[in-house]
Amino acid sequence: MSAHAPAHDHDSGHAATPHVTRKDYVTGFLLAAVLTAIPFWLVMGHPLPNPALAAMVVMGLAAVQVVVHMVYFLHMNGRAEGGWNMLALLFTVLIVGIVLSGSLWVMHHLDVNMMPMSAQDMRQAP
Amino acid sequence: MKMQEMQNIPEPHHFDLAKFVFGRLTWDALPLHEPILIGTFAMVAIGGLVVLGLITRFKLWGYLWREWFTSVDHKKIGIMYMVLGTVMLLRGFADALMMRAQQALSFGASHGYLPPHHYDQVFTAHGVIMIFFVAMPFVTGLMNFVVPMQIGARDVAFPYLNNFSFWMTVGGAVTVMMSLFVGEFARTGWLAYPPLSGIAYSPDVGVDYYIWSLQIAGVGTLLSGVNLIATIVKMRAPGMSLMQMPVFTWTALCTNVLIVASFPVLTAVLALLSLDRYAGTNFFTNELGGDPMMYVNLIWIWGHPEVYILALPAFGVFSEVTSTFSGKRLFGYTSMVYATVGITVLSYLVWLHHFFTMGSGGDVNAFFGVTTMVISIPTGAKIFNWLFTMYRGRVRFEVPMMWTVGFMITFVIGGMTGVMLAVPPADFVLHNSLFLIAHFHNVIIGSVVFATFAGINYWFPKAFGFRLHAGLGKASFWLWLVGFWTAFTPLYVLGLMGVTRRMSHFDDPSLRIWFVIAALGALMILGGILCFLAQIAVSIMKREELRDVSGDPWDARTLEWSTSSPPPEYNFAFTPVVHDHDAWWDMKQRGYQRPVAGFMPIHMPRNTGAGIILAGISVAVGVGMIWHIWWLAIIGMVALLAVAIGHSFNRNRDFHIPVEDVARVEGARTELLRKVA
Amino acid sequence: MTAATHIRLAADRAGPEFYLSEDHHPENGTLLGFWIYLMSDCLIFAVLFATYGVLGHHYAGGPTGAELFELPMVAVNTAMLLFSSITYGMAMIATQEGRVKATLGWLAVTGLFGCGFLGLELTEFAHLIAEGNGPQRSAFLSSFFTLVGTHGLHVTCGVIWLVTLMVQVKRWGLTETTRRRLMCLSLFWHFLDVIWIGVFSFVYLLGAMS
Repeated sequence: MSAHAPAHDHDSGHAATPHVTRKDYVTGFLLAAVLTAIPFWLVMGHPLPNPALAAMVVMGLAAVQVVVHMVYFLHMNGRAEGGWNMLALLFTVLIVGIVLSGSLWVMHHLDVNMMPMSAQDMRQAP
Repeated sequence: MKMQEMQNIPEPHHFDLAKFVFGRLTWDALPLHEPILIGTFAMVAIGGLVVLGLITRFKLWGYLWREWFTSVDHKKIGIMYMVLGTVMLLRGFADALMMRAQQALSFGASHGYLPPHHYDQVFTAHGVIMIFFVAMPFVTGLMNFVVPMQIGARDVAFPYLNNFSFWMTVGGAVTVMMSLFVGEFARTGWLAYPPLSGIAYSPDVGVDYYIWSLQIAGVGTLLSGVNLIATIVKMRAPGMSLMQMPVFTWTALCTNVLIVASFPVLTAVLALLSLDRYAGTNFFTNELGGDPMMYVNLIWIWGHPEVYILALPAFGVFSEVTSTFSGKRLFGYTSMVYATVGITVLSYLVWLHHFFTMGSGGDVNAFFGVTTMVISIPTGAKIFNWLFTMYRGRVRFEVPMMWTVGFMITFVIGGMTGVMLAVPPADFVLHNSLFLIAHFHNVIIGSVVFATFAGINYWFPKAFGFRLHAGLGKASFWLWLVGFWTAFTPLYVLGLMGVTRRMSHFDDPSLRIWFVIAALGALMILGGILCFLAQIAVSIMKREELRDVSGDPWDARTLEWSTSSPPPEYNFAFTPVVHDHDAWWDMKQRGYQRPVAGFMPIHMPRNTGAGIILAGISVAVGVGMIWHIWWLAIIGMVALLAVAIGHSFNRNRDFHIPVEDVARVEGARTELLRKVA
Repeated sequence: MTAATHIRLAADRAGPEFYLSEDHHPENGTLLGFWIYLMSDCLIFAVLFATYGVLGHHYAGGPTGAELFELPMVAVNTAMLLFSSITYGMAMIATQEGRVKATLGWLAVTGLFGCGFLGLELTEFAHLIAEGNGPQRSAFLSSFFTLVGTHGLHVTCGVIWLVTLMVQVKRWGLTETTRRRLMCLSLFWHFLDVIWIGVFSFVYLLGAMS
């Protein structure tokens, strides 16, 4: 049985590597840089009056930057791999969401109900 | 007082060579004072030597290495998974027998024969082995063997990875088995909750054996999940849209999605537990901010999808068997698919029902109680679909169909007890009682074990070219069915009376009769297992009488039955084109003619030793980590990296089967079919 | 799904055709498979983030993030990782254009940024541990070190993979195999930058504000 010459690889059909442009990468880089600079600037020197609001801004900008990376660096779109990449991503986002929010919700309730009470809490219990 | 102490000079640090070389492994690790273990070891050693001796005597090492161990053929790998599962079933069931015996004997003044220290390892090992090294290999084996053929493909998407996944699973099994004779196993139950599993309360090697065997096997399982998803998405024959795939392939797809989306959680949680044990971190400790409940939370986020990983392929097997042996298309194909996908998503929303009693409060408990009840609905829909498939069909009660009917009755009852447990206030009474034990054995044995035997009896002729002996198959079935109900109905009764799980001694003599009945049931199941082993042996001996040359002994409906039995290594000489559900049935109905000329060379992957080598090194790393033999662990990890990188430089990975060989194999089949006709 | 239009079916009888008479190669599944693997890796990080979320305020009387985190260093690290993403992008463009030397050059720069990132991070860890604020100090620190450390371990694997690929590209050129592997590493590398967004936002910035 003969082996084929190593340079001739057998994986037919169209290779699904997307076509990448310099413009994509530079745009993504600039957007990401701005989306990074703003939260750092906010936290390091110019805190917002409301810490909860600041937290939401930081996380919100992070979410936007994730999308920027997905689109410009990871070339995420609905057509890659016949839509299966997007489906896998959406399913993962769903599961990650459940794991994060579910864990926080459950553990918070366990803490509230089950952590040792202070003497004052005990006096106020029904 | 010594001179040095008086002068406050520190003692010179002695380099302990033995400790460096062997870590904490000493002669004490051998259980020389435990007669049961010595006896077991003697049997295993003798049996092992006999097997190794016979292989050597008949000069089979080369054959085994070339044809099986280094094979990347999904069919061979599937069969090896089934062998692994069967071997580990014997070990896991031995643990079960030991528990039944202990609980039947240990009342009042008598403490049975197993001290608690040993009993706790037995129930832990029983759970770990049955889930990870029996059930998982069985379903993975069936999926591996069947799915590529059902979709008209020649192999899975990543054949080398497939081989590696198998050997990593074996590596995990070997690590668990090692704990029987060197050191001890965990005494924590199969999920090893902290703080008991933390370093403070389990400083010995038991929990480390647990962690490393699961981490090694877990890598194999995760990669096999990636493999099968890519296979099903990318390698379906032309014409086979998603909604025309066989139902078993649909369940395999959803199962592997569950694997990829849940096993990382197990990997991460066990890693966190390892950090607590090895590096003194405080994730799950009682002090310095740790929270043991976070482990329970995370492990069940994995644990619940895990049981659907076991159950979905079982449902897939029953779908194939029901439609074949009713001679009818499966009723409600679309609803079956939606039910399967629904179960897949819902399985991530129920995990808290495993710890209702831990104090998360009414709101949380109510949410998860409702979701748990909801998830029973799509499963119920499937039962109706199977029943409607049988209705007005010409049902043939061959052995696989008997297992299927047994499943329907057994699983439905087990599912109903599950809905009882889903009600939080009821669960407060029943949690961790024998009622719970009975429930999950009811559903797991009813689905996974019964499906395994149905699947084995169904696909065995495809794999080997001859059927399994039906009489022994039926005997095995009846012994399992009656034995199961005899063993577990008493546990339901005991659980409702309040008896707790994992007890090795009881004081109330009125409970004893139930345990004795349960032990009798276990003996009946033992009979069922022995009949199964006998069935294999007798079938091999009588293989000419049981021979099937048509490749389609059951007049079945899916593409794997269009090949010869056993199939050629390339499965299909020509890639099939699919036009409808039940593609093979469609071909038979429309007068398909098997092509006998025009063959082409077929592109195939080469065998590889990389999988078994990497798995072997992984086991060495595991042993190093377990016994604190740090040089072994470090060298092993470097070796893993080196072998993996080295493997990536290997470009000699494929070859073509020449036309003459294909023509010869296909010609031989043509001849055989002509003789039979 | 492969396009059915190119299939030439056997024409030896009327009626539906049930097999392809031409050689059939299914589409290569490596990129999809690797993407799915990345999704599973995402879940590992999700568990670590969840653990940090639950245990991140359990200081056990020890120091908080606000007391420990040095944001200027984090900013430098973030910049290095972001730069490494664009230099890898340039490497992919060079690959697309078939320029081996340029590919190798950009890969080398990427690797250097990666090593710089790791060096800074290791310095941060060593500093914390020397002060007595190692992972054993509290559950907060355990989860911090594990989350950030796991990311760093992934970057380390990425750098090793990158060096290996550079050797393979040098030896074999830009073949279908090396291009596919470069594409996989690209996915991996950018994915790690995505995870880092989560780390610097949720761990460092939010931690510094608490």
